[in-house]
Amino acid sequence: MEEGLLHAVQGYMYPNEVELQWSILIVLYPFTTGLVAGAFILASLERVFNVAAVKPTYRLALLSALAFLLVAPLPLQLHLGHPERSFEMYLTPHTSSAMAMFGFIYLWYLTAVLILEIWLDYRKDMVLMARSETGWKKTLYRVLTLGVDNISEESLRIDDKLGRFITIVGIPSALLLHGYVGFIFGSVKANPWWSTPVMPIVFLFSAIVSGIALVLLMYMLVCFLKGIPIDMPCVDTIARYLMYAFLVDFSLEMLDLIHRRYEAEESFQSLDFMVHTRLYTSQILVQIVFGTIVPIAMLAFIQLVKLSDAARKGIYALAGLLTLMGIFAMRWNVVIGGQLFSKSFLGYTTYKMAFATKEGLLPAVLLMILPFGILWVLVKLLPPFDEEKAAV
Amino acid sequence: MNRFLKDKEHLFRMAALFAAGVVVFLILQAVLVPKGFGVYGHYRAGALADNRARTPRFAGRAACIECHTDERDALKGGKHAGVGCEACHGALAKHAEDPSAMKGVKPDPKTICFTCHLANVAKPKKFPQIDPKNHFDGGACTGCHSPHAPDKEPKK
Amino acid sequence: MSSDRRDFVLTAGKLLVLTAPAYAYLEAMETGKAEEPAYKAADHYWGMIVDVEKCIGCGNCVRACKTENDVPLEPYFFRTWVERYHVAEANEHPDVDSPDGGYNGFPEKYAAGDGAKSFFVPKLCNQCAHSPCTQVCPVGATFESPDGAVLVDKTYCLGCRYCVQACPYGCRFIDPRTNTVDKCSLCYHRITKGLTTACCEGCPTGARQLVDLKDPKDPVHEFLRTHKVHVLKPQMATGAKLYYNGLDGSVR
Repeated sequence: MEEGLLHAVQGYMYPNEVELQWSILIVLYPFTTGLVAGAFILASLERVFNVAAVKPTYRLALLSALAFLLVAPLPLQLHLGHPERSFEMYLTPHTSSAMAMFGFIYLWYLTAVLILEIWLDYRKDMVLMARSETGWKKTLYRVLTLGVDNISEESLRIDDKLGRFITIVGIPSALLLHGYVGFIFGSVKANPWWSTPVMPIVFLFSAIVSGIALVLLMYMLVCFLKGIPIDMPCVDTIARYLMYAFLVDFSLEMLDLIHRRYEAEESFQSLDFMVHTRLYTSQILVQIVFGTIVPIAMLAFIQLVKLSDAARKGIYALAGLLTLMGIFAMRWNVVIGGQLFSKSFLGYTTYKMAFATKEGLLPAVLLMILPFGILWVLVKLLPPFDEEKAAV
Repeated sequence: MNRFLKDKEHLFRMAALFAAGVVVFLILQAVLVPKGFGVYGHYRAGALADNRARTPRFAGRAACIECHTDERDALKGGKHAGVGCEACHGALAKHAEDPSAMKGVKPDPKTICFTCHLANVAKPKKFPQIDPKNHFDGGACTGCHSPHAPDKEPKK
Repeated sequence: MSSDRRDFVLTAGKLLVLTAPAYAYLEAMETGKAEEPAYKAADHYWGMIVDVEKCIGCGNCVRACKTENDVPLEPYFFRTWVERYHVAEANEHPDVDSPDGGYNGFPEKYAAGDGAKSFFVPKLCNQCAHSPCTQVCPVGATFESPDGAVLVDKTYCLGCRYCVQACPYGCRFIDPRTNTVDKCSLCYHRITKGLTTACCEGCPTGARQLVDLKDPKDPVHEFLRTHKVHVLKPQMATGAKLYYNGLDGSVR
């Protein structure tokens, strides 16, 4: 730790608190798992709640969820002092530790929910491609189908039933996936910025918001790149759900803030000062104003005033981007904000983010780009849109 | 059997894959969990021994006064009776172990006393503390105070 | 008995007798050091008393701990440190500082007679009986020993830093040389050999005292009965076993 950090301390901090423990890599983690949970919830809207309008995005939502879920543990591995020991969490999990139990929730969700559901939904396509492709692709699809060639009506009907069941099980699993991350922070009584019972719920709703925004943006982007016309009733419906989720999320966060301000218990003065100074830009401006209020206003405006398709597409793209930015800021404000003030309530420190180090900005950016790379591969192997089959 | 399996074979293969995964995991767990884990609690029992394995650097007064009987007698009943030898003389476990291997250090009598006795607003009022402007001529404190029996005159 | 059979019985007998110590030897080798017969963890329950009214801020404890436990001098981490409080009636919050944790003592920065209350507060791991740091460790790399010390298993720690976040007292840090967590171990390697901790050894005024709550002859029992003692952050219910005498309400 550089001695320079000491000069950035204002007031008093316990000596061991001056350097932050959790960096931007730990901010990435709730962000990516949030995108996963949110994308999955959107997919389940169609499958379980029969919201037919969003069907065009069903497969893309699942693939996006998978791409981000595969990347989610990577920032954690990079952050650990001993990543080679990380398997210990599965060997000797400490059942009182939210972090340890999360390892199993992650594994359950990845295998029993997401991979199974994608496999069941794509099985027919994979069998057809195993039949029609050649070379290494043929082998790949045969392996993915577990060597089974049967796509009779009955087998597909069974797949559909099972897929529906998995989605139903998947919804609480997705809620658990990200609610648990909220609990990892919310259960730390030593940190008053984190310790609140609403933390899992706030995390969950902001996850749903970010996941919906992601799928909305991905769908519009993929359609644009492939030259497929965007299904307007689909994106209109998605945008409406985004607005509803956002309203709930915003209300919950405001409730927490109002409650803190009103009760004004011991930590409040210190936290309030922090929000007005070191966290002002990221919390007030980026998260609340431009990342929440503006996108909600834009989406609400569309409900009140009839706009052209082109105008709506533009607003959805902008609102989607602002939403992702706002939810990322929320993760930043929780993780980094929670470490900027002293547990003595008498001082503050700074987060010095390096660029090209193990936990710097560069690896963080690369890790956020990686899921899109994985998604590109997935979309190539498992095309999400029926329109493309015409080419086969 | 075939009628039961009909149209479901892929599901059984997937289930077999899952089962294989669970078995592999259980085997890994049996093999890789360190010996002695869970004996006293959720930790590796050997960690207790690991924490005890360090060699002490400070010997403690009991070890010093085994040989240094003059100092032991001088300290008895005096104001420094409760001050450990190594509080001023530094870590000396090596010396206690083998006096020839490492010699004790005589601290600088012009500065060592200030470590404790330099006046400071935050020190307890009853604690003897001096302001150098009023009580110091730049020489060694031991000129007037015996270090091991500070309320007595030093041996000339 | 024929001589062959007798030889067999004798040899077999010798081998049988030898297997027992051989097995014990192998067991001892496998689990590391054999248990030293003198120290029985079940007979002890460790804690510490800190008397704020006696602390003179000399910093001996900080230096002794760094020497004894090989705590990094730079960067700036501490297993134990001393804080100086300056409480003025007019201010809502106290003025607190801890220059290098008190390693080089406390250069004077206040004027006498300014009407404020000043004192030193030594800080170290509270060896909590309901430790929030051990609760959150995902793998069991930090734990409460049977005799009441909260210890770290450096060969098992992942360096995830969750325990550092969970400690309300700021006692833990990551040792950059091992990338594992480190903290005050109550000089476990000393107290299990009948010595006191390095910080208590170095303290010239007896402001720090190691106590064994299971020992009926330990002066701690009388001390707790006759003094007004306090633990840090009692509202967190950590079961802290670091008892402060004379702790002012302004201390965090």
